[in-house]
Amino acid sequence: MLPFGLGRSYGDSCLNDGGDLLVTEELKHLLAFDAERGMMRCEAGVTLDELLRFIVPRGWFLPVTPGTKFITVGGAIANDIHGKNHHRAGTFGCHVTKFELLRSTGERLICSPTENTAQFAATIGGLGLTGLITWAEFQLLRIENSMIDVEELQFANLDEFFAISAESDADFAYTVSWVDCLAEGPSLGRGIFMRGNHARGDSLSHRLHRPPRLGVPVEFPDFALNQYSIQAFNTLYYAKALEAFSRKIVHYDPFFYPLDAVNHWNRIYGRRGFFQYQFVIPFSGDRKVIREIFQRIAASGQGSFLAVLKTFGERRSPGMLSFPAPGLTLALDFANQGWETLSLFNELDQVVLATGGRIYPAKDARMPARVFQECYPRWEEFRQYIDPAFSSSFWRRVNSPV
Amino acid sequence: MQNVLIIGATSAIAQAVARQFAERGANLVLWARSAEKMGIVASDLRTRYQAKVVIEAFDFVDFSHHAPALDRAIAAHGELHAAILCHGSLGDQAASQADFSVTDQELLTNCRSALSFLTLLANRFEQQGHGTIAVISSVAGDRGRQSNYVYGTAKAALNTFAQGLRNRLYSKGVHVLTVKPGFVDTPHDRSPAKRARSSPPPDRVARDIIRAIDREQCVLYTPWFWRWIMLIINLIPEPIFRKLKL
Ligand SMILES: Cc1cc2nc3c(=O)[nH]c(=O)nc-3n(C[C@H](O)[C@H](O)[C@H](O)COP(=O)(O)OP(=O)(O)OC[C@H]3O[C@@H](n4cnc5c(N)ncnc54)[C@H](O)[C@@H]3O)c2cc1C
Ligand SMILES: NC(=O)c1ccc[n+]([C@@H]2O[C@H](COP(=O)([O-])OP(=O)(O)OC[C@H]3O[C@@H](n4cnc5c(N)ncnc54)[C@H](OP(=O)(O)O)[C@@H]3O)[C@@H](O)[C@H]2O)c1
Repeated sequence: MLPFGLGRSYGDSCLNDGGDLLVTEELKHLLAFDAERGMMRCEAGVTLDELLRFIVPRGWFLPVTPGTKFITVGGAIANDIHGKNHHRAGTFGCHVTKFELLRSTGERLICSPTENTAQFAATIGGLGLTGLITWAEFQLLRIENSMIDVEELQFANLDEFFAISAESDADFAYTVSWVDCLAEGPSLGRGIFMRGNHARGDSLSHRLHRPPRLGVPVEFPDFALNQYSIQAFNTLYYAKALEAFSRKIVHYDPFFYPLDAVNHWNRIYGRRGFFQYQFVIPFSGDRKVIREIFQRIAASGQGSFLAVLKTFGERRSPGMLSFPAPGLTLALDFANQGWETLSLFNELDQVVLATGGRIYPAKDARMPARVFQECYPRWEEFRQYIDPAFSSSFWRRVNSPV
Repeated sequence: MQNVLIIGATSAIAQAVARQFAERGANLVLWARSAEKMGIVASDLRTRYQAKVVIEAFDFVDFSHHAPALDRAIAAHGELHAAILCHGSLGDQAASQADFSVTDQELLTNCRSALSFLTLLANRFEQQGHGTIAVISSVAGDRGRQSNYVYGTAKAALNTFAQGLRNRLYSKGVHVLTVKPGFVDTPHDRSPAKRARSSPPPDRVARDIIRAIDREQCVLYTPWFWRWIMLIINLIPEPIFRKLKL
């Protein structure tokens, strides 16, 4: 069996082909909230969407949030998710103070940095394999209103990206960049840098987010997305930030969760669907390597709508198999073109591994066992904490002998 | 509705009703058989709404427990303004058909325990001269069908009992509401066939129930279209109905 949150992982780490899934949708109770200290304890099936509805009006925010609010607390821990504030705040697991782990034997373990510490470390980023997290306790972040003070800056190439990044990380809680992966030559790595802080002051809006209003009712035909339509989209998106610099105050919802505004956005990729590919490479020598990666993607002619580039910081997660590490991370989506797409990934794997980088399981549906084992040298140590009754499609793939 | 008693408080529909009452500032008394599950439900109500919640866990088939539990419920926050009966189980029709002791057990859970609660509540509310009693029945009680007539029998008995009470208590200022849900997305029935029908969430049903209590409605079908579905089903002549695979 395998715990299942909201299935927002992009690959097979939340699937268990031929086995059972433990659906956690009934685990949606809030158990305790300390309004003074911002300490929340809730069941693992509570979604970030529900949490925000409760905490934002009380002046608190999630310590770390991914690009969608439709995930569960259990999923946030099991993939040890990161957000736009990784360079300062680390992963979600860095803010977890305690949780209960229910094993298939019926045993219940309270895990924290001081109790059952090995299970604590194995479960954070543990891909749901160590048991079912029934509830968790974590520290929230104080906010004064619902708004984010955002700046957007164009960068014409990778060198400009690194310059902006270096000057931003200290002063901005949130940083992220969108990169046009189809641009080549002198514009290689051009894009838009977004950086922001929670706005100050009680006079600004405290309003909550609203439910999604748009939807993609049917799957798009396969020809709708091709090199030309993506190129056009990317060029328009780049041109959107017409002024090289803009500053505005926006609500947290469009800032963190732009895709949540459109229900079933994934349908634009049609029947064949798409792959995500996200890796991190260490800071040392990253310019040469990242340039090589962009060159290979541009040369392959396989576009990515959303190429997201960000620096990860030094803050270490307690998680044994946690993905983030200090360095540069790039997340890409590729329409599934079958063999061509997969062979591009195999090429990228080699570049990433050669520089000591790793690939994110939450967004993976294809990495070979050898690649996983090289990315996560602690995987063998991790194995002893797996619940004997638990497994996943992902795990059976990457755990096989090489 | 200041003080509300919720019987079968761990049921998904009951939890949604409790949340909506707590949101309005009501004080709650919760009864259910599982102390552990109910403890979690109570923590949620306290955390979200700072609600005053008192809980008591006991097995509902233990009739000797009913009257003293009601005394304690009234002692907790004072006179009750509403009581809602939510417990029930869909049971296993095939097993009930094969063995009357299973049928008997189903009737005990779904019907006799509820009739005992209703008797006590009716007398108490009659004495105090106000209050609303809501009982969650089912559309399954409207007509016997081969797929679940044991469950249907229990609900039909509840319907008639509640109807009688409504008539008896009307002049005493006490209101009785019969709730007949259609399919609701809860653990009550998680068969794939039902999930495929995309049933409404319990929150929506709870909203309807609270509105019906406020308006002193007698019988509530929820969601609303079940009233019309059941009207049609009830109009089918029995000689034809008996041939249908329902
Ligand atoms: C639009 C979008 C943007 C995203 N952006 C980011 C991002 O910026 N950063 C990032 O890190 N990720 C991101 N993700 C990935 C997503 O945050 C993770 O995949 C997350 O783990 C999904 O959570 P879920 O609740 O849907 O869990 P699922 O996908 O259902 O499950 C994920 C894993 O958690 C385990 N699990 C779930 N519940 C429990 C439990 N109670 N106990 C034990 N294990 C459990 C499962 O077994 C599985 O291994 C994004 C995804 C989308 C769709
Ligand atoms: N969901 C539907 O589609 C639907 C449709 C029509 C009518 N209804 C009716 O709506 C009511 C609420 O159902 P639901 O959908 O919310 O179901 P649910 O979530 O499955 O809840 C059923 C509840 O009944 C309790 N219960 C069962 N047997 C009991 C016993 N012997 N003693 C004490 N408690 C017992 C259960 O307690 P535990 O938590 O301890 O198991 C649980 O709280 C029921 O009367 C049901 O018949 C539901």
